[in-house]
Amino acid sequence: MAKHILSVLVENHAGVLSRVAGLFSRRGFNIDSLAVGITENPEVSRMTIVVDGDEYTVEQVSKQLNKLINVIRVKKLEAQDSVRRELALIKVNASASTRSEIIQIVEIFRAKIVDVSKNTLTIEVSGDEEKVGALEDMLKQFGIKEIVRTGLIALERGNRHIKANNNDEE
Amino acid sequence: MKVTGAQAIIKALEIENVTHIFGYPGAAICPFYNALLDSNIKHILTRHEQGAAHAANGYARVTGKTGVCVATSGPGATNLITGIATAYMDSIPIVAITGQVPTNLIGRDVFQEADITGATAPFCKHNYLVKNVEDLPRILKEAFHIASSGRPGPVLIDVPIDVQNSELHFKYPEEIDIRGYKPTYKGHPLQIKRIAEAIEKAKFPVICAGGGIISGKARDELMELVIKCNIPVVTTLMGIGSIPTDHEMCLGMLGSHGSYFANYAIHNADLIIIMGARVGDRAMASANKIAEKASIIHIDIDPAEIGKNIDVEIPVVGDVKSILQDLLQVVKKGDTDEWLEKIRKVRQEHTAKRKGTDEDIDQDGAVKPKFLLKMLSKMMEDDDAVITTEVGQNQIWAANNLTIRKPGKFITSGGMGTMGYGLPAAVGAKVGCPNTRVITISGDGSFQMSLQELGTIKQHKLGIKIVILNNSRLGMVRELQKMKYCSRYSHVSLEDNPDFVKLAYAYGINGERITKNFEVEDALKRMLSDDKAYLLDCVVDPEEPTL
Repeated sequence: MAKHILSVLVENHAGVLSRVAGLFSRRGFNIDSLAVGITENPEVSRMTIVVDGDEYTVEQVSKQLNKLINVIRVKKLEAQDSVRRELALIKVNASASTRSEIIQIVEIFRAKIVDVSKNTLTIEVSGDEEKVGALEDMLKQFGIKEIVRTGLIALERGNRHIKANNNDEE
Repeated sequence: MKVTGAQAIIKALEIENVTHIFGYPGAAICPFYNALLDSNIKHILTRHEQGAAHAANGYARVTGKTGVCVATSGPGATNLITGIATAYMDSIPIVAITGQVPTNLIGRDVFQEADITGATAPFCKHNYLVKNVEDLPRILKEAFHIASSGRPGPVLIDVPIDVQNSELHFKYPEEIDIRGYKPTYKGHPLQIKRIAEAIEKAKFPVICAGGGIISGKARDELMELVIKCNIPVVTTLMGIGSIPTDHEMCLGMLGSHGSYFANYAIHNADLIIIMGARVGDRAMASANKIAEKASIIHIDIDPAEIGKNIDVEIPVVGDVKSILQDLLQVVKKGDTDEWLEKIRKVRQEHTAKRKGTDEDIDQDGAVKPKFLLKMLSKMMEDDDAVITTEVGQNQIWAANNLTIRKPGKFITSGGMGTMGYGLPAAVGAKVGCPNTRVITISGDGSFQMSLQELGTIKQHKLGIKIVILNNSRLGMVRELQKMKYCSRYSHVSLEDNPDFVKLAYAYGINGERITKNFEVEDALKRMLSDDKAYLLDCVVDPEEPTL
């Protein structure tokens, strides 16, 4: 099944997230990830939803989302026309003998070490899903203790953007 | 001048021209009920909150207005849920107002607390938990707008008791602007042109008329199109009444419990024009097989319905009335003579085959529901009666055998299939149209799901006629068990039913019981002879088939 990215502008009200998430479960759609945060307009939040499914599923998800009164705009983002990022924190086992190797890997991935303890390193990495996945693979050999991922966020490239006030885009 | 939140709700209802509401008081909604005493709005006290929601539904369907129901917090609110879900599935505009525990106690599982906005989110077009009393006027205005516009549906407003008691400067908004809610009414001209071309080209076209024709008040436009272009019509259960059921172009209801001709037409058409229908599985179980053979045009105000269950060649989003008006300007008649002749022949052959099953029935045998319903229709030929039904065999017997000539006269729970709907819906219909005859067709099973509303009928002197097609069984399920489960009947017998006539008497309502078919005519005459409520208990053979 293909993954599709939906960018959804919603009213920044209590309960909107649960309405959106509830819609997915009761309609039997699969959410791969859902990231939400406020936009330049404090009354509006943007959700980036990654949906697993075929074209029919994505169309239905978009239509059903549009039915929600608190949903202002829904737009499917094409992978090639959008900038996609995910942030992850990975806590990995690190002993004196493995620490330098891990640091080398982190540098190759242009990731950052954000916390160090006697037995662990916590690494911050941002990038698309593949990059985060690749780093995770490389770190597995040392023993990953914990991972947290934000889910994908995405914006269209260039001048195009979704407006909250009307249906036009520039 | 300052008013309380409760008074503000009443004021808003008055501004929205609400004249009747249906409800059941409780502690958390008491400020509202207190304020209601100073208003001219009439309150119908039902015997169960679910009855209030169904009554608001029936009221909305006969009046074309938004129905309003009220309940208290916790169990009062949760009792509304089935009624709200029923209205959602059938796109009926209702506003449900519920009391809630005080704001500072929400989430603490205090007495009679329920997260009703969370619980009803899947069945509501929208809902609100009012946390600030100043928001009440805007929320009420939005609620009525959302419930009645676009694809109609239920909206719930949950008002904590402290919000009802707080004060505000009341100013009702004149306009509203909900950023995320802008229904499309006007159909796309290019798509409408494509419909016209498709109709002109089609040899075997058929219109499938749904409940949207009725709620969109598009009956006249539909008839104009049917006559202008000579296209036969099949209806969904919700679409019954969108074309007179005895009209020569009406082929009846389609689907698993529909007419032979309707299904014949759908399966042999080269063009199907679906209007205001959601292509439910009971109407078109093999939707995509049908779409393989015919081109599909789907007109609906809810874009989410188009392409949901059937592959559509020409989708048109918008108000069906406005789209039909635009279409009538450009459409030209195609050649459908061969098609109509074909249907006529099939109809003749099928009717000839059935002769002797419907007409020559044993008059000494148990009451034949089809005979009774046809007789009832005949007796009320010039009557503008509203018929409500319960759900089950009684519903399908009524849908297939009554003559319904006008929209809004056949009221049934189509989408949700809610047993216990018909009696309270009749209450709402009678309150909405007090001078119209209201008859509810029941089964003995479904009647017992809301028979307590006999009390409402008595208290408010509602002259509702109740016909129970009583086979002491859950007939529809029994039939399913007979056909699909080798007659292994599992818990479908209601043999120890009470004496429904005595029960009616206990509520001060007259009635009688008939057991034989020859008694039908006189019993119906007695039932229809006055304007008072009446219960007619008709003993039906449990083996009587639905179709």
